[in-house]
Formats: sequence, C-alpha cells, structure tokens
Amino acid sequence: MKAAGRYEPYSYFQLMEVSLRELLVDKGIVTEDAIAGAMAIMRARGPERGAAMVARAWLDPAYKERMLENGGAAAEELGFEVPGLKLIVVENTPKQHNVIVCTLCSCYPRMLLGIPPEWYKSRAYRSRVVREPRKVLAEFGLKVPPKQAIRVHDSNADMRYMVLPMRPAGTEGWSEQRLAALVTRDCLIGVAVPALPKKPKSRKS
Amino acid sequence: MGGLPAGKVRRAEHAYDDWELRVDAMMMLLVGVVGGNKRMTVDELRKNIESLPPADYDKMGYYDRWVISLTQTMIQRGVITTDELAKKLAAVEKRGLSPISRRRSKSAR
Amino acid sequence: MTMQKLGTVPIYNVGDRVRVRKAAPLGHVRTPFYIRGHAGVVERICGAFANPEELAQQRDGLPKQPLYRVRFKQKDVWPGYRGSRSDVIEIEIFQHWIEA
Repeated sequence: MKAAGRYEPYSYFQLMEVSLRELLVDKGIVTEDAIAGAMAIMRARGPERGAAMVARAWLDPAYKERMLENGGAAAEELGFEVPGLKLIVVENTPKQHNVIVCTLCSCYPRMLLGIPPEWYKSRAYRSRVVREPRKVLAEFGLKVPPKQAIRVHDSNADMRYMVLPMRPAGTEGWSEQRLAALVTRDCLIGVAVPALPKKPKSRKS
Repeated sequence: MGGLPAGKVRRAEHAYDDWELRVDAMMMLLVGVVGGNKRMTVDELRKNIESLPPADYDKMGYYDRWVISLTQTMIQRGVITTDELAKKLAAVEKRGLSPISRRRSKSAR
Repeated sequence: MTMQKLGTVPIYNVGDRVRVRKAAPLGHVRTPFYIRGHAGVVERICGAFANPEELAQQRDGLPKQPLYRVRFKQKDVWPGYRGSRSDVIEIEIFQHWIEA
C-alpha cells in the first residue's frame, strides 16, 4: 500500500477510498487480501486474450463461426474465465468497419480485456464517436474509405463487444502467436486495424 | 452524452495509481464479480454517478466518481452510516492515510 | 413443474421496424437520449435481462425484459450527418422502450 505521509498532499477522494475500505474491512464486508486479489486480476488482464481469440478465428473458420455466434463461450473455449460475460464479436469486412463505445458510462468486456483506456471513458470519445465516427477514427489515424460502411456499437445495456479485425495481407503461413501479436487493444475496440510491423530501412553500403 | 459536442479525444494514457485500483477492486467485490459477497448492483453505481452534479462530474476523475458513488451506495444500502463515515474520515485525516505511518512514529520514541 | 418467474415473451422479431419511445423520465435509464424517438430495424434478440431501471433502485428488476439490438441509419439519427449513407449505429433497446 502506498503510504501518503503527513507532508504528501492527497485528495478528498483518496481520503474517501481509505475511509470506505477501512469501514468495510472492520465490518467484515471485504478483506485486504480480497482487495489485493481483485487488483491482481485486473492488472493481469490485457488485450492478449482478445488477440488470442482473433488469431484463432483467423486460422480456424469453425472457431470463428462459434465466436460470432457466442463470444463468451468462445472465450471460455480457449480457457479464459469470463463468468456471465455476454460478448458479441463483430466482424470487420471490406464492406464494414466496426467501432465500440459506451456512451452512458464505460462498459467494456473488462473480465476479458482488462480496464479500458482513459480515452474510451472520456466525454470526447463517448460524445463524438457515435455522431462523427469517421472524423474520430481519422483523429486516431484510421481512415475508413467511403465504400466501407461504419457500424458503431453503443454498449449501453447487458452485452459487451469486441471487434474481429480483418487479417492483414502478407501474413500467410504465420503462426497463431505471431498473428496474435498484430492485434492490439485498439484493434479490438475498432479505432485501429492490425498492421504489419514496418521493416527497418536497409542501409545502403 | 452521445452526440453532444466535445473536443478532440486525448489519447495520453496513464498507469493507474494503487488507490484507483483499490477502488476498482472494491467495486468488483461489492458487485459480486469476484468474492461472492454481493452487496450492490452495478446499476446502483451508475445511478449514483449519474446523480453527480454536472459541474462536479466534469472536474472529477473517473475513479473519483467511482469512490463517491460506491460510498453513497453503501450508505443507501445501510452497510455504513453517514455518521460512521464522518467519524472515520476525521480519524483518517488526523492520522494520515496509512495506519503504518502512525505505528512507526510510536515505535520511534 | 415449478412456477418460476418467466421473462416477458419477446414480441418483436429480427427484421421488424421499431421506434424508440420518446420519453424523459427520472431515475436510471439505459436508453440513450440521442436515440429516443428514432426508428430502426431489429438486428437481433439478445435475450431477457432484469430491468436496470429497477436494479438501480435496489429492486430485483423482475420479470426479465426482452432486450433487442436495433440498427439505425446514422443519416436518420443525426441532422447533417457527414459520413456514408450506409453508416449505421446499433444499440440495445429494452422491449418496454419500444413504441407499440
């Protein structure tokens, strides 16, 4: 636990956190161990599990179909514990690009992918990506051509969403692991697409 | 909030402070995502966040809003009382955030 | 057979054209303001879920309500929308927020 000494400024909210936690522990509602355990779970969650599902889907069409049918079950199939997750996986195609938002708060498949990035929870993203998705995606560096329709998914109730990006060209014969490494968190939210790592320019000797 | 005018999306990210992760952990425990001692629903958390005055909402960070909402919910649920909270806030403020610092200063004598 | 609290039976089907109620009640609501009053097409039936409006008030939100994903054309939702005519937005709408 990070100790804030007498001379280190802290906020009202940090004071509230300590006070709430101590009251709950004193009353036996939670334990410090349980809190530490939950923190460890979220620290260990990142986009890797989503990336693994995408790589599997790219290599195994039957898995892909199952994943599009029931995302939560597909996650569990790969050994990821996501009790109660109602996951809808939406597929990018040459005709459509998907992007995810929660305008009402910050709903995100947390148990699969971890805590969402700050910008996903921001007023700017939540307000604008539903209304002007192409402009927001362009600000992220993603230009979606007019022939590709944009599907925005507002995660406003019980379902959670993940994007299945298209497999980039030039990855024929790649291993599942190598493919998964191309899939970033931003690809799974839909503000980026997987790109091959840039080859370093060869020196002319 | 969808559709309202807003500025550019600021993409700079920061690692979460421990206290923020503790708020996140308390939410997971109290909502029953882990731990099996469900005391509230995530819907109550959301409702209490939505009830924050708009001016405050904008000034507060994400976990600032969560810790206020969680505490409100615990009061609403009768898990803690306002008076208990008042006494605890005063005690923590007096001694400092960590109980360890207090113990250290005692043994230093 | 035990009598369980059955979820309300879904009354809309995939492909149905539906309109979201235009209402502004108090309390906690999961139907975004920007979509109220707009019409779209049911994309899928998500299942039945406890009513979040009630869960927020410490009630059990039962019987579960059918939840649909409804697809709206962006050009119908936003005046002066400047994307492609085929751009859509898909949102989860509870049955009781769909106009009869």
